[in-house]
Amino acid sequence: MGKLFSAKNKEVFSAPISMNNPVTVQVLGICSALAVTSKLEPAIVMGLSVTIITAFSNVVISLIRKTIPNRIRIIVQLVVVAALVTIVSEFLKAFAYDVSVQLSVYVGLIITNCILMGRLEAFAMANGPWESCLDGIGNGLGYAKILVIVAFIRELLGSGTLLGYNILNYDAVKEAGYVNNGLMLMPPMALIIVACIIWYQRAKHKELQEND
Amino acid sequence: MDTNSNSYTIVYASVLVVIVAFLLAFVNSSLRDLQGKNVELDTKKQILSALNIRMAADVESEFAKVVKEDRIVSEDGSLIPYEGKFVTGYEKEFKENGRAHVFVCEVDGQKKYVIPVYGAGLWGAIWGYVALNEDRNTVYGTYFSHASETPGLGAEIAGEHFQNEFKGKQVMDGGNVELSVVKFGKVEKPEFQVDGISGGTITSVGVDVMLKNCLAHYTNFLTSKD
Repeated sequence: MGKLFSAKNKEVFSAPISMNNPVTVQVLGICSALAVTSKLEPAIVMGLSVTIITAFSNVVISLIRKTIPNRIRIIVQLVVVAALVTIVSEFLKAFAYDVSVQLSVYVGLIITNCILMGRLEAFAMANGPWESCLDGIGNGLGYAKILVIVAFIRELLGSGTLLGYNILNYDAVKEAGYVNNGLMLMPPMALIIVACIIWYQRAKHKELQEND
Repeated sequence: MDTNSNSYTIVYASVLVVIVAFLLAFVNSSLRDLQGKNVELDTKKQILSALNIRMAADVESEFAKVVKEDRIVSEDGSLIPYEGKFVTGYEKEFKENGRAHVFVCEVDGQKKYVIPVYGAGLWGAIWGYVALNEDRNTVYGTYFSHASETPGLGAEIAGEHFQNEFKGKQVMDGGNVELSVVKFGKVEKPEFQVDGISGGTITSVGVDVMLKNCLAHYTNFLTSKD
């Protein structure tokens, strides 16, 4: 088992959560980060689904990586991802209907999520199934982390709630002159918050800055 | 083996497609029954939600207890019995079979009617159920849902605070459907109108149009008092 959790594998797993984050450093998956982060709940569900799908598709591609003809590899990756997403959504509809209803919008978004294609192309095509699985989970969680941070800020300041529970919508708060910021619910604010996170991360970690 | 030759590529692609197609078809057909049951259960849950029963532990038994009859409205507005299978798609049911359903329900000893409504939001379908009191004019409760409205904006129509705004509103006035959703803060006739969702204008308008279109099919039923 020592090999399974070697230092390199730990690095593969933990790097995307912090120093090589898919959203803030690799700048992948920005599109869905805008779409699903106006509320915390869909952000969490989306983060988990992407984690699961990235892990599975990484493993599948890694298993068949040596047989894939180079010229059609992107199409093969896409077919595997689309098939996996469809199967998962069918299973959800049959066994966890409530979750599938919530996910309805996002299932399609998962297929087009650049993190999936990016990880398949950059990692799973060149590494074994176990490392690819760790890489998939790590990147999925790194993505989920950013989504949750952005959604937390947007829902709290935009709607005054968290996970649908009332936090700021009280008369006393209103009388003190505080109003919910509707702009937070608009997609551009997600971009601005992501940019702030990137700014913070780069200011803190000098090695992320380019020398120009 | 040369994985870059043309013949290998073509064979590989064909085999992959066949495997994936078979897999998807297999998953779909083996899960279809379960999915159908879930959709039916969900429809029943939505009908109960319109009757303000939102936290039913056992939807099936609660539905059987509350919903007495599944009826169809005839031309003159009277209710005729419906013997078929429980329907989950009311838009198709009306457009293809010409049947407009009404659920006759009983909550706390009082008669209620539930009418299914359906329409279009900004990104996709929206639908819902409107529960009326025995006078066929006062809203007892509503339920709305959507396929893909924007979270935080249009998707708020699925929120209870929006749906509860409809309680106690009147539906008909002078033979027209007057129950409507207007721009947030622009309510002029509070007995018929509710506030829309600010930032979710197109979805709010969609709900308004949906209510007017669908309830109009029931005009004779809603205005007759027998």
